[in-house]
Amino acid sequence: MMPSSFSVFRAGISFVMMCIFYTSAVDSPELSPQTFFSTLQPGKATLVYFCQAESPRTSMFLEELNEAAKPLQDYGISVAKVNCVTEETSRYCGSEKDLIKAYLFRGNIPLREFPTDTLFDVDAIVAHVLFALLFNEVKYITTLGDLQNIENALKGKRNIAFSYVRAIGTPEHRAVMEAAFVYGTTYQFVLTTEIAVLESIGPEDIEYPHLYFFYCKQVLDLTQPCRRILMKQSLTTLNIHRFIKTMEAPLLTEVAGDPTQVSTVHLQLGLPLVFIVGQQATYEADRTTAEWVAWRLLGKAGVLLLLRDSLEVDIPHDTNVIIRRAEEDTQVEFLALSHIDLIVFHLESTMNVEEMVKYEDMAELNIEIQDDEVEETVYRDRKRQLPLELTLELTEETFHATVTASDSIVLFYAGWQAVSMAFLQSYIDVAIKLKGTSTMLLARVNCADWSHVCTEQNVTEFPVVKMYKEGQNPVSYTGMLGTEDLLKFIQLNRISCPVNIMSVQEAEEYLNGELYKDLISYSSMSVLGLFSPTMTRAKEEFTEAGSYLKGYVTTGIYSEEDVLRLSSKYTVTLPALLLARHKEGKIESIPLVNVHVHDIVQIITNASLETFPEITVENLPTYLRLQKPLLILFSDGGIDLQHEKTILRLAKKKYLDSVTPCWLNLKKTPVGRGVLQAYFGTLPPLPLLVVVNLHSGGHVFAFPSDQAVTKQNLLLWLKKLEAGLESPIKVLPAQEWKPPLPAYDFLSMMDAAASEHLARKVPECIKETDMHGSDKEQPDDKSAITEESIGTSKMKHSSRSSWLEEIKKPLRHDNQEL
Amino acid sequence: MGLSTAAPLWGAPGLLLTIALHLALYLRPAQAWAPVHRDYCVLGAGPAGLQMAYFLQRAGRDYMVFERAPVPGSFFTRYPRHRKLISINKRYTGKTNAEFNLRHDWNSLLSHDPRLLFRHYSDAYYPDANDMVRYLSDFAERLGLHVLYNTTIAHVTVNKDRGAWNGHYFILTDHRGQAYQCSVLLVATGLSVPNQVDFPGSEYVDGYESVSVDPKDFEGQNVLILGRGNSAFETAENIFSVTNFIHMLSRSRVRLSWATHYVGDLRAINNGLLDTYQLKSLDGLLESDLTDLAIVKDHKGKFHITLKLFMEEFFNQSSDAIPLPQDNNDNFAMRVAYDRVIRCLGWKFDFSIFSKSLRLSSGSELSEKYPLVRASYESKGSRGLFILGTASHSVDYRKSAGGFIHGFRYTVRAVHRLLEQRHHGVAWPSTEHPITHLASAIIRRINEASGLYQMFSVLADVVLLKENATTFEYLEEFPMQMLAQLETITGKRARHGLFVINMEYGRNYSGPDKDVFFSDRSVGHMEDAWLSNFLHPVIYYYRHLPTEQEVRFRPAGWPLPRPSALHHVVEDFLTDWTAPVGHILPLRRFLENCLDTDLRSFYAESCFLFALTHQKLPPFCQQGYLRTQGLVGTESLRQHGVESGLLWDSATMGQHQGASDQRPGDHGPGGHPLAPGPPVSPFNSNKEEL
Repeated sequence: MMPSSFSVFRAGISFVMMCIFYTSAVDSPELSPQTFFSTLQPGKATLVYFCQAESPRTSMFLEELNEAAKPLQDYGISVAKVNCVTEETSRYCGSEKDLIKAYLFRGNIPLREFPTDTLFDVDAIVAHVLFALLFNEVKYITTLGDLQNIENALKGKRNIAFSYVRAIGTPEHRAVMEAAFVYGTTYQFVLTTEIAVLESIGPEDIEYPHLYFFYCKQVLDLTQPCRRILMKQSLTTLNIHRFIKTMEAPLLTEVAGDPTQVSTVHLQLGLPLVFIVGQQATYEADRTTAEWVAWRLLGKAGVLLLLRDSLEVDIPHDTNVIIRRAEEDTQVEFLALSHIDLIVFHLESTMNVEEMVKYEDMAELNIEIQDDEVEETVYRDRKRQLPLELTLELTEETFHATVTASDSIVLFYAGWQAVSMAFLQSYIDVAIKLKGTSTMLLARVNCADWSHVCTEQNVTEFPVVKMYKEGQNPVSYTGMLGTEDLLKFIQLNRISCPVNIMSVQEAEEYLNGELYKDLISYSSMSVLGLFSPTMTRAKEEFTEAGSYLKGYVTTGIYSEEDVLRLSSKYTVTLPALLLARHKEGKIESIPLVNVHVHDIVQIITNASLETFPEITVENLPTYLRLQKPLLILFSDGGIDLQHEKTILRLAKKKYLDSVTPCWLNLKKTPVGRGVLQAYFGTLPPLPLLVVVNLHSGGHVFAFPSDQAVTKQNLLLWLKKLEAGLESPIKVLPAQEWKPPLPAYDFLSMMDAAASEHLARKVPECIKETDMHGSDKEQPDDKSAITEESIGTSKMKHSSRSSWLEEIKKPLRHDNQEL
Repeated sequence: MGLSTAAPLWGAPGLLLTIALHLALYLRPAQAWAPVHRDYCVLGAGPAGLQMAYFLQRAGRDYMVFERAPVPGSFFTRYPRHRKLISINKRYTGKTNAEFNLRHDWNSLLSHDPRLLFRHYSDAYYPDANDMVRYLSDFAERLGLHVLYNTTIAHVTVNKDRGAWNGHYFILTDHRGQAYQCSVLLVATGLSVPNQVDFPGSEYVDGYESVSVDPKDFEGQNVLILGRGNSAFETAENIFSVTNFIHMLSRSRVRLSWATHYVGDLRAINNGLLDTYQLKSLDGLLESDLTDLAIVKDHKGKFHITLKLFMEEFFNQSSDAIPLPQDNNDNFAMRVAYDRVIRCLGWKFDFSIFSKSLRLSSGSELSEKYPLVRASYESKGSRGLFILGTASHSVDYRKSAGGFIHGFRYTVRAVHRLLEQRHHGVAWPSTEHPITHLASAIIRRINEASGLYQMFSVLADVVLLKENATTFEYLEEFPMQMLAQLETITGKRARHGLFVINMEYGRNYSGPDKDVFFSDRSVGHMEDAWLSNFLHPVIYYYRHLPTEQEVRFRPAGWPLPRPSALHHVVEDFLTDWTAPVGHILPLRRFLENCLDTDLRSFYAESCFLFALTHQKLPPFCQQGYLRTQGLVGTESLRQHGVESGLLWDSATMGQHQGASDQRPGDHGPGGHPLAPGPPVSPFNSNKEEL
């Protein structure tokens, strides 16, 4: 169709040539009005310029028009000039005054008229013409409401390409229109020039044009927003095309083949491929992670999920991410990254994106977002009023008088230190529990206010709890930083340690728990040292051990003349220890032979461990110290008595000495679910037996779920484990804990500024040598000013708009997410 | 120079001193008395001498302070002439932290006795010099410092002796001829000799040290003041309300302390004359080299300014015949006749009592009034001779506060720590902590340490990492220019990397010609922290201890060699660097990336989870939880944790969730293919609050 009409126009040119134009090769045909109308074809769009007389202004326009003819032809739009100077005038020619106008026709119907000053260059011409033709495909909006209406209307139906351009007729407007010409039937294009609309969507630097892709098609719930993806590159036709292509591509592809061979549309578009390496066992979680990465990288890279198990080629053992770049000569990278953000970081830090400056992208890594759970929770809780008055705040003036006047527990903390502030809450809880019952004074010192008190008390880190008792050196609390453990410490400190037992009668009461009834809930075991009155050294050693364990274990000492009555009753030779386990109602005896403080402490500590304990957050560290694999029975609620019996029996027969048998109550220790999920990917049916070898290899073995937990089965299974005949269901990751995110690289920023400064200085020096005899002091002043202005221009978050603006930022920050 | 806190003790007018010297020389033969030995001899019982005496006393050392006058701080009995100290006595800061409050107390010396704080001695923000005298004598008396008053050391020389700590003894001879043999000599004599410029007619000039302070003596007079320091302006301030006008003449332009951030430059409290000058009230400032000038006294006893050049030509002629600049140049600025010319040109160190053998020489042109010392305050000429106090200011002249009480009280402490290590094997005091306390240790210091704040860019804290960076040692207020010699000075090992914590103003912020009020001067965002202008903490990380070469040839404008990594804590309007996200978080990220580890803190529950699902634990769990010192937390904190997505919500754990909008925070750490990265990703954590 084009060639034929073209020849017709040609004929026209040869026919009338009255105006003199600066025309070039691909000329727009120039016609008389009459000829022109005869050439218009139905349905075909034509841009026509009616020319009155020659002027420099029109000649410039005509030059642009000529240039626009070629691209417009590509969209099937013809361009024509009509010379009105010929005698047959048309109403389109207008009067002499408004001599410069162009019209767009479809067939012979005029669609729009353009004052030629809106068609200032090729971009403007193409943009305006396409904009007029595609008025259905491209909706122009001015308010956020318009956008929301379109968005709502299209949910479940079509996706949207929304763009902001600074003005109509700009190059980026043309790029959007050209994209709309191609994709307008597939996606709804929405265009705005209102910065306010853009601002309400995202906090990005609004000086630049933007294009967002809204995923509305898959949104079925009308209350849900469409997911928005921002195109990061500049708005050029090619970039938009590439971006939309990636939006069309599947979000996540699962592949089984060799990562070096796989190809997707991304590679063809010059974008890298990111393979997330997972395995069948953790498929669900891996897929979720991969999807999440895919969303993050949408438009920047293709994301694929690669299951290690399904793979024939070998990939390095610890690899969890593979990156393959589009450039032909680049190597496939096998990476072991510790954090999702690092994928993005890694990708972007090496990607050749034109405008990318390393540190500008750091903000995207969320390095400014708190990822410390203690800091964040304490911060979120900052407005809650704690009943601090329940504890006495000490100052430089009151500290000494207070701790010498009464037995006191003092918490040293710092108001700005999150860990100590988190613990302060537990401390206040202790105060609440002890309110009015304790003889111990609960006090606190805020080291941020009373620095010297803390330094003097040798407190140089936070938090620290110290107990001050008359006539004794202060004792530091070394237990768990929680309400329960501290409460126990305070309660057990009510009695001296070891307690001096005065009679056999009293000793029996002590052992059966009646003597300190109220303390039994804090210490499930009471220790009694039996010594004949002459064993002074042994007594001393034991006393020291007792005071060392003070607050953690109840200890007593009996060394009256009739001590033999006890030793013979419990059939033990002196010196000896009697261990009363109140829960089980059992009393054990251990002879003490040539033992020192340290050994006694060790014996008591070991004795306080249970054979088959319920493992909890608080006691796990104590059992981990045994350095043995854990045999954990996971139970949803209380333990199955049959299982307990089985394991206890095996333990008693020393079959379980190579492991630490324990059980975990998910009701009491819900975080156990997280453990199970890590082992199995999902929550397996319970109860369940697992062996976790934390100290060598990190192998996790699960007792076959189809077998009953019987002595035989269990023993057989454990033997197989020992023989290495079972394969682990999971190998716990052995990576070191690396920095979760990068830090600001101020050195590079300074280097960048310095090199920029140098670059700027060169022309200035040339200038200065030109002006001979200028004041000597001037160069100095100048360079100072330049340096200052560099600083300012480098400042990413310039305070141009004053510090108050800074405050508003975080608020906006919040709705920036996709 | 700043008179306020400068503390020259030997502040006698030159005349007195020469008499003393003569006396001493005359008495020399009597030296036959056996010399008294002291390990440490301190010259001068001014603020610096007393400060050193305090530290020596506390350490139980054998020392003696020699003081010419019958009281300590005798300089302050006469100076400043107008009696108003311009060192700030800020009694209220709204804070109770005693260490922090020393940041705003420019007069107190360091001691353990809270009664010996200057605010108990004066209510005035700019206190009276007599209060300083009273304070110093209380300080010496209450602490029982060993000061030998009325003892003028007339001569100091050195005696080689292999057995001596430094290979020689310092021999001090007093005015009675008594000799003292000292292993270490600590010179805290301040700047006692008035600076004079030699030009024809300089004999007509009144010196600051002797000029009348009674304004009545200046009523209706034309006054010319030479100099443009605080003493010049202080003098002008006293009389400018009664003079016809004051002209102030100096070699270079006035330097305003609020533009240079140097307290020795002109303080706003003295700048009344700038006001009257710029508001056209006849007073004025002029710049010219004083050595080119001459003063001619006419027959009426008035003074005229002319050029030295003219004087030479008309040598021996009557004063009225000497040509004046206005003869040729009838609008010459200083054509008016003056009734008075006052010289206020500051002081210099008195080198006269030190024998040549001590090789105590003056510094470069910029600091020629000071003896030359190393950054450790030890003389370059003789080992074991240290310069303390105002005289030690060459180290940080026009930079920091080392020439003033609020600065040198810390440098004196640093010198004392050096001596303790060198001669008594007492290592530089330090505390050792697990690495998880590193950020807290730094935050604590940058928020309260007064030594870092006052002696910014001179004294810096140093963190020495131990093997594997699981623990660190924290050293306070080390003279940072001596970094290369850190191991010998402190007796510590620095083999596994170190951090240096310094306070700095912005690189291009300070200067006499700088506009310090420009509109973009404040930086709020932590990413722009490196552009901070106000004093803010800067942390340098070195993998290896820098060498002497590296320190000496560091980049221009840098206080230290280029580090492996650098962190700026963004300036803060309140100098309160405790904001969790604005200050602490970026610092932690910096430390983490230097140490290549994860320094976050975790609740015991998280540690429990990691312990059972990872082979390795983050340091916080290793150093806390595994040692049964985990942080348990409370229910309400837990709740916040769950809401923020940072803590596991065990209620939903293990349940299947919609795939597309699942946040990574929702799945278990084991299920996370990227373990042991944070089990919890920080993404979207703010979103929740919307």
